[in-house]
Amino acid sequence: MKFIPDPVGKFFHRMASPPHFYALAGQMIPWLTGIFLVLLGYGLFAGLYLAPTDYQQGDSYRIIYIHVPSAWMSLFIYIVMALAGAIGLIWRIKLAEIMAISSASVGASFTFIALVTGSLWGKPMWGTWWVWDARLTSELILLFLYLGVMGLYNAIDDKRTASKAVAILALVGVVNIPIIHYSVEWWNTLHQGPTVTKMDKPSIHISMLIPLLTMAVAFKFYYVIAVLQRARLELLHRERTSAWVKKLVMEQNK
Amino acid sequence: MNPARRQRLILIVVMVVGIAIAVGFALKSFNENLMYFFSTSDVVAGKAPKAALFRLGGMVVKGTVQHPGKGLMVQFKLTDFTKEVTVEYTGILPDLFREGQGIVANGTLDARGVFIAQEVLAKHDENYMPPEVKASLKKNMPTETSQ
Repeated sequence: MKFIPDPVGKFFHRMASPPHFYALAGQMIPWLTGIFLVLLGYGLFAGLYLAPTDYQQGDSYRIIYIHVPSAWMSLFIYIVMALAGAIGLIWRIKLAEIMAISSASVGASFTFIALVTGSLWGKPMWGTWWVWDARLTSELILLFLYLGVMGLYNAIDDKRTASKAVAILALVGVVNIPIIHYSVEWWNTLHQGPTVTKMDKPSIHISMLIPLLTMAVAFKFYYVIAVLQRARLELLHRERTSAWVKKLVMEQNK
Repeated sequence: MNPARRQRLILIVVMVVGIAIAVGFALKSFNENLMYFFSTSDVVAGKAPKAALFRLGGMVVKGTVQHPGKGLMVQFKLTDFTKEVTVEYTGILPDLFREGQGIVANGTLDARGVFIAQEVLAKHDENYMPPEVKASLKKNMPTETSQ
């Protein structure tokens, strides 16, 4: 049985070769950073200045331009991490293992930002910093899953074994992702329901939605930059005895 | 796909599906406990705990917010559009508290069936729009229950 057509397979095979990945990622980072800064600049300007105030929350609602994209990224990165972990487990591709563990700290940061910005907004709007409702609790569990993945990886010296353990933990935690997403629909929560992904008309005005989506794309770019940088470091560390790394270091020292 | 890889793939899928089913059952059995608040219909039907703290959620009924005493005491009715419950609260209300707004209150039921709140939290809705749009929405659809 064949899932993947040949050219695609060849492309991934080439990408998965460590020296090639290291060089390509290094070339891509400046471009990605440029796109990220443009998107971030426009998103922040449009969100904080151009977008109108909200009919009910006034200017306080503008925290969604940080909070909502961070929360989306916290879920997205977890899915990427679990998929990369599964690929690493099944096909034993070293680069997939590296992508999985490099995603963990970026995802943990976004989860932390989502929790903190939500809390800062909750105090004036809800009247409390924190409640144990289903949405907030499941997002906190997500943070602990990320931290668990990072801790487990660092606790095991053999990094190939560590990657396998981490992949299994990440896959077990995947069950939390739909829980976070649907928590506001399945249960009564203090957190409000979905705005953008609602099936009927999105209940956010278009002038507020565009900056939000821009920020979401900007955050995606940030993730790619951060994960590539971390992956390059991790790759160098793991391959420190290999010929291509030695050659690289020799060239740099010349 | 070679047999070893296929076996690992199947193993992973079985693991993820198994965990999802287990967690699904667990959540289903704890469903009541995962609700952050009781609705007003639950309270009227007697499902809420007596003589214990619980949270009550609903919409503040328009025109029911009163200040019967001289102090900070405020009285209003909550509804889930089926049944109504009267709430009394002494203290400072959150910014988003207003008539027609969803709130969650923590407190107990007294003998009269009035909910004595110790804490009131505003539950805001998922709609974001500029004030002008809200104003024109109201003008065009006067019958729409505003949230």
